[in-house]
Amino acid sequence: MSSRVEILNEGGYRSDGRKQYELRDMAVDLSQQGAADGSATLSHGLTQVQASVFGPREAKLRSQTFYDRATINVELSIASFSTGERRKRSRNDKRTLELAAAIKSTFEPVVQTNLYPRTQIDIYIQVIQQDGGLLQACINATTLALACAGIPLLDFVCAVTGGVHSTSSMLDLTTLEENDLPYVTVATMPSSGKVTLATMETRLHVDRFEEIFRLACDAGQVIHKEMRAALRTRTAVLLAAVQSTTVPSGDAGGDKDDEPMYEYR
Amino acid sequence: MVDITIRKRPRIEAVVTQRKFFKKTAKGKVIKVLRERYLRDDVGCGVEDCTECSGHKTLPLAPRVNHSTFSGAHFLLPDTNVFLSQMDLIESDLFNTPMILLQTVIEEVRHRSLPLYNRLKALMKADGKRIWVFYNEYRSETAIVREENETPNDRNDRGIRKASSWYGSHIAATHRQSSVPQIVLLTEDVANRTKAKQDGIKAHSVKQYVEGMPESAKLLDLLAAVGSEEIAPTRAAGGAHQSLYPDYLPPSTLAAGIKSGHLHQGHFSANQYNYLEGTVNVPAFSKPILLVGRENMNRSVQGDVIVVEVFDEKEWRAPADEVVDQEANLKNDDAEDSGSDDEEDQILAVSESKAIQTSASNERQPTGRVVGIIKRNWRTYVCHIDSTSLTSSNSTSLSVQTVFATPVSRLLPRIRLRTRQAPTLVGQKILVTIDRWENTSRYPEGHFVRALGKAESKEAEQESLLLEYEVAYRPFGKAILDCLPVEGDKWAVPPKELGGPVWRDREDLRDMIICSIDPPGCQDIDDALHARKLPNGNIEAGVHIADVSNFVHPDTPMDHEAAARGTTVYLVDNRIDMLPHLLGTNLCSLRPYVERLAFSAIWELSPEGDIVNVRFCKSVIASKAAFTYEEAQTRKDDPKLDDELTQSIRLLNTLALKLKQKRMEAGALNLASPEVKIHLDSSESSDPIDVEQKEQRETNSLVEEFMLLANISVARKIQESFPGTAVLRRHLPPPRTNFEKLQDILKKRKGLNLDVSSSGALAASLDLCQDPTNPAFNTLVRIMATRCMLSAEYFCSGSVARDTFGHYGLASDIYTHFTSPIRRYADVLAHRQLSAAIGYSPLHPVLHSKQHVERILDVVNRRHRMGQMAGRASVEFYVGLALKGRSEKTTVREEAFVIRTFRNGLGVFVSSLGLEGLVMFKRDIKFDADNYTISVPGPNGEVEVSVFDKVVVNIAVEKDRNTQRGKVKMTLVEPVDSSGM
Repeated sequence: MSSRVEILNEGGYRSDGRKQYELRDMAVDLSQQGAADGSATLSHGLTQVQASVFGPREAKLRSQTFYDRATINVELSIASFSTGERRKRSRNDKRTLELAAAIKSTFEPVVQTNLYPRTQIDIYIQVIQQDGGLLQACINATTLALACAGIPLLDFVCAVTGGVHSTSSMLDLTTLEENDLPYVTVATMPSSGKVTLATMETRLHVDRFEEIFRLACDAGQVIHKEMRAALRTRTAVLLAAVQSTTVPSGDAGGDKDDEPMYEYR
Repeated sequence: MVDITIRKRPRIEAVVTQRKFFKKTAKGKVIKVLRERYLRDDVGCGVEDCTECSGHKTLPLAPRVNHSTFSGAHFLLPDTNVFLSQMDLIESDLFNTPMILLQTVIEEVRHRSLPLYNRLKALMKADGKRIWVFYNEYRSETAIVREENETPNDRNDRGIRKASSWYGSHIAATHRQSSVPQIVLLTEDVANRTKAKQDGIKAHSVKQYVEGMPESAKLLDLLAAVGSEEIAPTRAAGGAHQSLYPDYLPPSTLAAGIKSGHLHQGHFSANQYNYLEGTVNVPAFSKPILLVGRENMNRSVQGDVIVVEVFDEKEWRAPADEVVDQEANLKNDDAEDSGSDDEEDQILAVSESKAIQTSASNERQPTGRVVGIIKRNWRTYVCHIDSTSLTSSNSTSLSVQTVFATPVSRLLPRIRLRTRQAPTLVGQKILVTIDRWENTSRYPEGHFVRALGKAESKEAEQESLLLEYEVAYRPFGKAILDCLPVEGDKWAVPPKELGGPVWRDREDLRDMIICSIDPPGCQDIDDALHARKLPNGNIEAGVHIADVSNFVHPDTPMDHEAAARGTTVYLVDNRIDMLPHLLGTNLCSLRPYVERLAFSAIWELSPEGDIVNVRFCKSVIASKAAFTYEEAQTRKDDPKLDDELTQSIRLLNTLALKLKQKRMEAGALNLASPEVKIHLDSSESSDPIDVEQKEQRETNSLVEEFMLLANISVARKIQESFPGTAVLRRHLPPPRTNFEKLQDILKKRKGLNLDVSSSGALAASLDLCQDPTNPAFNTLVRIMATRCMLSAEYFCSGSVARDTFGHYGLASDIYTHFTSPIRRYADVLAHRQLSAAIGYSPLHPVLHSKQHVERILDVVNRRHRMGQMAGRASVEFYVGLALKGRSEKTTVREEAFVIRTFRNGLGVFVSSLGLEGLVMFKRDIKFDADNYTISVPGPNGEVEVSVFDKVVVNIAVEKDRNTQRGKVKMTLVEPVDSSGM
């Protein structure tokens, strides 16, 4: 049946009513989840993931202890109910491991691990619902969770997928679109404009690649604004709580865009 | 930088924006699918001067419309059914009211029928149509959610109504004028109309609306008959798959039925003019059993061994006299659904039953239905992808699509296949195999094997041709090449002085004046001739055949391969050898000036051409010259030349004339087949330049006569020596019924009688078939007579009765093939048997076994037939190419003869091109089946065209848009111009 759905119709609408460069609705929940030091529940449309960060804490294994930096450990688990077809994935599912490895390598250059030698930072990601853009959601949720946990990052990491249908490129694909189109997932660091991840599993023409790649980088900036706003709101709430209990009154912090990350703690 | 935004979706709207449904996968698993949609306020209404919606506008505020009911401006808003059943009407230029096309409608059309969807899409882009597509499902005011217990169809209808009423209020709200355009909902569904009226929407049926239009008379013609007044609301697609075909009987019932005689077994052969008809030849009836209609053919595919049940005699019918084209009839069929869509079926059934029932002539023949299949004869077929069956023709699309593959052969049904690479395969020739044909599916299902290349490229066409006729064209393997002499092309006949096994019992004929006569460019020369006067006044004539059996020994890999290939296949620009190149064109080929091994048949003939005696011997010859037919002819006719070679040719020629005369007296047939020759531009480019008919020279006949003589003499000899296993060839007399039609036509049209009581009588009456005004008439009759005959076949002398050995066409009581061992495997066997018969070598044990010989000859017969068809198809392809080249410059106009008449067309034969084609009439014409005449309306009254009439046709090659197949299209020019009919 899915082949009967037009990916991009003549009116320029995609199958869910979006236009080419419209991203799906993004919802962020940064409230405390259990014992985690920082956590974030993020949804891009119907894709929903929850990331929890523990640490930096003492490394459990000596083999993974480094004298000059912290190790990052990423574990991903996909809920069996997350897709339409109920499917239990084993812990060692290759696909899951690959995703986890991709996330780990994305964050290794961004997290300032040298500040916490001989420790380990655990990132647990739970996929609750899937509808395309899984890696993008995982990376964005991890960024938020790391920020919530107060771990110094060099920059945000904002990921987004871009695909191409014939000659028209589009952003933030759903499962339906991912099944049909070649696509790239790009993770950027918005302030510096650096790219920490670019991955794809389908064949794509070189000429198209550059176009999508640039588009995805631009979209990263849009996602960044949304993520920063969410973090600010959360911080404002926390700050207000702190101020209402300890400090009688004061300035709730200025709106300084270029402040480094740890200022948001 | 483009504007990238995040589309916000309020949580509370989840009911409207999220959709949850279950779907069943192909494997039968049920999956829950969750989809969301983003509703927006910026979906444009497309009405001119709208204060709210921006962007491009196509709907004029004050369209010029003359309508008796709606005098003011109005927009039409048709529902899905209108497009499904009345597409022809909407496509008409006269139907020009501005239209609003809803997304709901487009999607439903797409879902129901892809071909119709493609037509709709073309319509949206067409000039002159004022159509605005409104994406109602994405506009927040018009988006609706399916309610509980609501069918998808009712939901869509409600959506259409909602959109209609929204449009009404939207136009009123955004325009300040007093009279704003109205919205008219077009629907065939009564219930929908009633509901619409309750909501205050103007609703009309298509007919009602069209009746009020200015040109209603013309438009009403376009109205589909089925949708005359009310049809059932569209049913939800899918549903339970019902059987389209009856089940087969169990094998035990079939076996018992065949044994008891009430069921019959035979090979299914489809009718190439009518895809709804097939025939089976069974021994119990003299005429083939007719199978009419899809259900009666019950999933048989060309070549299958099937079991049929014959109906009562009163239900017997005559074959249809109409051309029914599968492509034209089924173009709106959808690949995705297996054909259980009731409504579509009904429409199809109507047109098909119309096609089936129109048989006017009263020559009824046994009619039956297929009840079981003994053996499927499925193989890989060369096909094209039907481009209209594609859901997405996007080259980046990776999704699995179900598409139709149309086989190149008209005898086969379309095959449904699922592929991920459909867009890239369009326009290519591909190989497809059939996997199964369920009784719930109208078409067989298959899978893609591989791509052969771009359609109409020579390589792809040639390979597809070889595959289609199952010609083994792979290069010879190492094991086979190892059987060749180790010396390679250095091999030569060893000097006689050294003796050795090669010279044992071989006659030394190196001094004889031997020459070969072949077509130009022939490389595999397998025969050479000589003749000289003997002192006693008689003439010695010799036929020397390449001694292939000296190189190809029984039971070697090379022998097995040659037996499997059976024959060399000649294509226009290529030759697929039976034996490796080294043997065929070098070591065995009787090239001039070199010593070669031969198998000679030497006669002593009286000057009158009677055989005094004959002997066979292995020999060594050295041909003195290799002539083409033309060279030999000029040499013979040149009075200045009088050397030994020329004398030898003249001697042979006088003998040949006498032999031919004798043969004709004995009743041999002089048949004709349309043979043409392709001129190629150059040997490298192989671009066809032109086509011409093959010329026959005296020397062609010279060679032919001696080959016949050799074959007959050898046949007698091996039959004498090995009565049980001799490899012979026969041509059975055709059953008299085969000629009935031709006799009838000749009698009615020309008042001529065809006597078919014996081959001699037939030959004589064929000679009398003359039309003084039309010299080509005789050839035409001969071609048609040839088609009534059976084909000649190899057989093993022990397997059939002695009195059926005869060769009908040659009027010889015994015959074999001996003279072309390089290119025919049967000749190799004959060589071995003859060699054993003269005591030169012992016969290999397998040639003593009747079963073995029968088995080999079965293969050889099949290969022979296939090879011939491949050759013919190759010529046809090149004729097509040449025509295309010619028609680019001017229109190709040729004389043609009518050979068949149909209810809606003519079968014509263009002798100058050896091309048979169809002239089809779209309009109804008068058809007189009994007199084989049709009456075509012309500018000066009706003109009659009958079989044998000479007409002039325009020939064009056009590419079928869907299948990429080059199609020869003929239109009548004289006596009437049929281009508009």
